[in-house]
Amino acid sequence: MEVLKIATAGSVDDGKSTLIGRLLYDTKSLTDDKLEAIEKTSKQKGYDYLDFSLATDGLVAEREQGITIDVAHIYFSTPNKSYIIADTPGHVEYTRNMVTGASTSQAAIILIDARKGVIEQTNRHFFINNLLRIKDVIVAINKMDLVDFSEERYNEIKADFEELMSKRDYQDQKITFIPVSALKGDNVVNRSENTPWYKGQTLLEHFEELDRKDIFNVGTPRFPVQYVIRPKTEEFHDFRGFAGKVYGGELSVGDEVVVLPSMTKSKIKEIYFYDKKYKTATRRSSVTITLEDEINVSRGDMLVKVGDLPTIDKQFTATVSWMDSQQLTVGGKYVVQHGVNKVLAKVENIHHKINPDYSGIDTEINALGMNDIAQVTFRLNKPIFYDSFKNHRTNGSFILIDNQTNTTAGVGFIN
Amino acid sequence: MSTIESELETLTKVNESKELEVLNNNALENEAIYILREVAAQFERPVLLFSGGKDSITLVRLAQKAFYPAKIPFPLMHIDTGHNFPETIAFRDKLVKELGVELIVRNVQDSIDQGKVVEETGKYSSRNMLQTTTLLDAIEEFKFDACIGGARRDEEKARAKERIFSVRDDFGQWDEKSQRPELFDMLNGQIELGQNVRVFPISNWTELDVWSYIQKEQIEIPSIYFAHKRKIFLRDGFIWSAEDDVVFRAEDEKVEERMVRFRTVGDMSCTSAVFSNADTIEKVVGEIRESKISERGARIDDKRSEAAMEKRKQQGYF
Repeated sequence: MEVLKIATAGSVDDGKSTLIGRLLYDTKSLTDDKLEAIEKTSKQKGYDYLDFSLATDGLVAEREQGITIDVAHIYFSTPNKSYIIADTPGHVEYTRNMVTGASTSQAAIILIDARKGVIEQTNRHFFINNLLRIKDVIVAINKMDLVDFSEERYNEIKADFEELMSKRDYQDQKITFIPVSALKGDNVVNRSENTPWYKGQTLLEHFEELDRKDIFNVGTPRFPVQYVIRPKTEEFHDFRGFAGKVYGGELSVGDEVVVLPSMTKSKIKEIYFYDKKYKTATRRSSVTITLEDEINVSRGDMLVKVGDLPTIDKQFTATVSWMDSQQLTVGGKYVVQHGVNKVLAKVENIHHKINPDYSGIDTEINALGMNDIAQVTFRLNKPIFYDSFKNHRTNGSFILIDNQTNTTAGVGFIN
Repeated sequence: MSTIESELETLTKVNESKELEVLNNNALENEAIYILREVAAQFERPVLLFSGGKDSITLVRLAQKAFYPAKIPFPLMHIDTGHNFPETIAFRDKLVKELGVELIVRNVQDSIDQGKVVEETGKYSSRNMLQTTTLLDAIEEFKFDACIGGARRDEEKARAKERIFSVRDDFGQWDEKSQRPELFDMLNGQIELGQNVRVFPISNWTELDVWSYIQKEQIEIPSIYFAHKRKIFLRDGFIWSAEDDVVFRAEDEKVEERMVRFRTVGDMSCTSAVFSNADTIEKVVGEIRESKISERGARIDDKRSEAAMEKRKQQGYF
């Protein structure tokens, strides 16, 4: 069964929560008690419609202010697929939440208020989805009921958005436009009679038919070792298993592998998943691998296929999305967590800041504040084994940890 | 249909054939195993919080899978409210014996006796809230730096925003406004001395996913999850067990015997039953799939107010 994770982005009042509520309602995913609670609260507030946003706005502060301030996860399923929606807020100051939500998603919805059209926020939402290389993006032009379901207005907004698309870095991103009314339910799950001029799919139809081959960037197999399993029992006296997850491609028994950083060669002897042995470990499976030779392997090491080495270097340049209130400065020291591997890093250079609204770059810069995005070069205290983010989603990304506060202060995508 | 459910068919086929070819991919199971391994690698003193409920039983199975052929590298801890269904306790003890892992039990009754918490009284009294103090004391006593729990994001609105690694301060408190961003599948477990992390490996599972997994893996669960005859009474639209002294019952609340089962197994004083004839795992899965009431709809503690869960979590509730 497929799990599809979708990130949502929209500005305040674009109706994001309402859209999600509508998806839940029309797929009959809202249980009676939840529906009752929504009906009750909507009535109390004097609305003449159901306020579906109440289904998703989870925190007290959000209910008080009527806005979404953190990433929430919402689950629903159809006979075809399980869906996880990462509901991320759309305020300027919450770029970090959008990046976070998008980092684990394969698809995204960008909401546009049909009355307002493409605004600065739309640029940002698109920029981030493009930066994170989300393969499938839906531009949902919402509140069509408030512009009399006008085809002309829809085309106008579409044309404005297409202008944005010409500026994007990741050109292979697939973009689909859908006119919707989340409040009234047009083209979300059910086709609308109000948009006879629109011949495309509804939002849900689109996701239902997405082929997983089209939305996952595969890359070559990388196996970062998470944990070494040594049972030290009689039955498994000499057992040394390397536990980890296979990223990209597949690994099979007999494959010749290189252990990084020692560069020692060996062959895969066994692949365990729990108490059974398999011939092949598929992408993203959490397995335990044993090798033919007794080699010293520890957490943070990586198994890769012979002839398929990643870059091994003590320096790299990356696009960094900064998420901390403490600034990132040249000369600053951080922990780089690259997968399960941790190294110390020093900021060598901040090349330029990238304005996420496509208004260009800013070269006069020596520090990064919260929500800034920039090209940064780091020097490490020991080499890591990386691919470019373009070629390998997992092995091309890292997080930056502030050693003083231990917080996750930023994320990077290696050039 | 849930994620795990449809894996069922293919996996069975694999198991039937003598030679195992390609490993089947269950995204949720792989994710949970990955998280459990990160806990073992990143922390010095992790513990698995075990309630005897289906979610923590599922966690135990996932932990077995994560570390096979080694034993689970951390103890289990049960914060015992003293109001457990007897079936749950018997089940717990049997499981621990089979696994050969250490079980730590700390009792809410002791916290009451020490005067740290005061027992609630009245019609809706429950020891559910009191657990928090006992849990925080135990974390301090054993210096646990990571507590693994079976909470899921689909359970409740405030839980939907919970991180997989959720940092708690020295007072066990959850500060929902300064949560660490979690990017890709990188988990940052760096903490200060005295802080601890609550870890939720099955965050992304739904109730149906858990049940389907229990079915697929043929995991044993306490008998009260299956339909059985029980003396009950009705109050406020909920079905209460009348077989024990724990649940307050007014004289005019009439007791009858009906076929019921429990969908969640928490403290008896705040867990209500559902009418059901589902006496096998297959029937339970079928029932969950058709159900129109959410799981926590049967948890009285969540009904106290719109923000009940969020408040409890801020105070250190698991």
